[in-house]
Amino acid sequence: MSQPIAIVSVAQLPSIRRDRTRDEAEMVQPIVTEAMQKIGLKQADIGFTCSGSSDYLVGRPFSFVAAVDGLVTWPPIRESHVEMDGAWALFEALIRLRHGDIDTALVFAFGKSSLGPIPDVMNVQNDPYYVQPLNLDSFSQAALQARAMIDAGKATERDFAEIVVRNRRNAKSNPNAQVKGDFDVEAILAEKTISSPIRKSFSPPLSDSCVAVVLASGDKAKKLVKRPAWIRGIDHRIEPYSLGVRDLTQSVSTRIAAEKVGVNAKKNDIAEIHTPFAHQEILIKEALGLDSSVVVNPSGGALAANPIMATGLIRFIEAATRIHAGEANRAIVHATSGVTMQQNLVAVLEGE
Amino acid sequence: MSDMITRIKTPVRLEYGVYPGSHYTTYLNALAQGRFVGGRCPESKKVYVPPRGASPTSGQPTDEIVDVQDSGVLTTFCVIRLAFPGQKMKPPYCFGAIVLDGADLPIYHLIGNIPYEEVRMGMRVKAQWKPRDQWGPTLESVDFFAPTGEPDAPFESYSEHL
Repeated sequence: MSQPIAIVSVAQLPSIRRDRTRDEAEMVQPIVTEAMQKIGLKQADIGFTCSGSSDYLVGRPFSFVAAVDGLVTWPPIRESHVEMDGAWALFEALIRLRHGDIDTALVFAFGKSSLGPIPDVMNVQNDPYYVQPLNLDSFSQAALQARAMIDAGKATERDFAEIVVRNRRNAKSNPNAQVKGDFDVEAILAEKTISSPIRKSFSPPLSDSCVAVVLASGDKAKKLVKRPAWIRGIDHRIEPYSLGVRDLTQSVSTRIAAEKVGVNAKKNDIAEIHTPFAHQEILIKEALGLDSSVVVNPSGGALAANPIMATGLIRFIEAATRIHAGEANRAIVHATSGVTMQQNLVAVLEGE
Repeated sequence: MSDMITRIKTPVRLEYGVYPGSHYTTYLNALAQGRFVGGRCPESKKVYVPPRGASPTSGQPTDEIVDVQDSGVLTTFCVIRLAFPGQKMKPPYCFGAIVLDGADLPIYHLIGNIPYEEVRMGMRVKAQWKPRDQWGPTLESVDFFAPTGEPDAPFESYSEHL
């Protein structure tokens, strides 16, 4: 049996709409340094480094290589990258740790959402011949799903507005959140629709940020911190690519992943779920089977801060932070990827 | 089947901006003033051109900005013999790595004012700046690097940069 693996340190650059002062290396350097320094580690102490990001966001080939310039890479290090959210980089690092020959890993993700036309960039994920020519941008993708949920009688536009208000109120205590405060359901419902029924407030902000996590296994984790956030289970599943063959009103991949990791085997305190559009929170809560006592997105979630490609890894960070502090003992983490949440990852974190 | 579709067009156009960050901004602004600058690593004291968000050996930002010369040593080079769109010089011509005086890392630029078969390692070269009114925050403020006629640098003086 391999050693248990835990999150032992985290760091975040606060999410802002437009970071005009930092390139990739300048985003990565202070944050990975902070994550390692908090527990007295240096790059030379790290067994494996893995990052998540997408070149499509910055419109620059190999932008993840530019980000490696933010690390100490001489003498050379063992490093990998996923063209996905950093939550999947964490997954790869966890698998790497399970080989057992190393006991620490550094995971980071950065999102520079300020450089390109993000709603249109999201269309490039679609099938290039049959869907992309329709310009199914991120608002339209979300609208198809939200409309299907309304038509299926699963939710109302008022439900969506209430989700936005709750998340952005939660974000008031989150120093790294971008959109936070007391918002009004009626005012949100009165907004113009961008792609019906999606309004601006039902949509996530676009953020620039970089975040980092240090993982450690077994005794090493216990030596580094008093209360590691143990990753007790992690699973991810993917659904068909073609939108037409999926039921957009449920997340079957989340449901299966949740069953595999035993989401409801014990009492959960919090859940940090990666649901950029308001309606998606309903879908993921249902697929996870969370009961009403679980506090969902105490950080404010993706509706409060959305550095694309880091937003999923931030869910791990927000959950681990509360476990490290003793505010929660069991947390569910969810991350998503692809058009209308095609792929979903679920993990369980525990303090004991 | 005679009516098989073999080709369709689905053009994609996405426009991006760029923020070069604070270290590259310093470098680019200096080029607009006809200067080269580098950033010094606080631990190794090596001067990186351009300045970097992190030194690869210490991980610290190279925040101490220092002036370096616009002349230096050609450490290695290649000769381009093929034509391609957007080319600035007529082939054959030379492209080289130049360690500017005061720098510990080469920059790359065109090598001109010399027949390519006479280009050699260790040759001293100097930036040929465009007229002042054409300077901007770009390496194109310099047309190319040309030989100075000084004696070649001994191999040992630049061997660590190869």
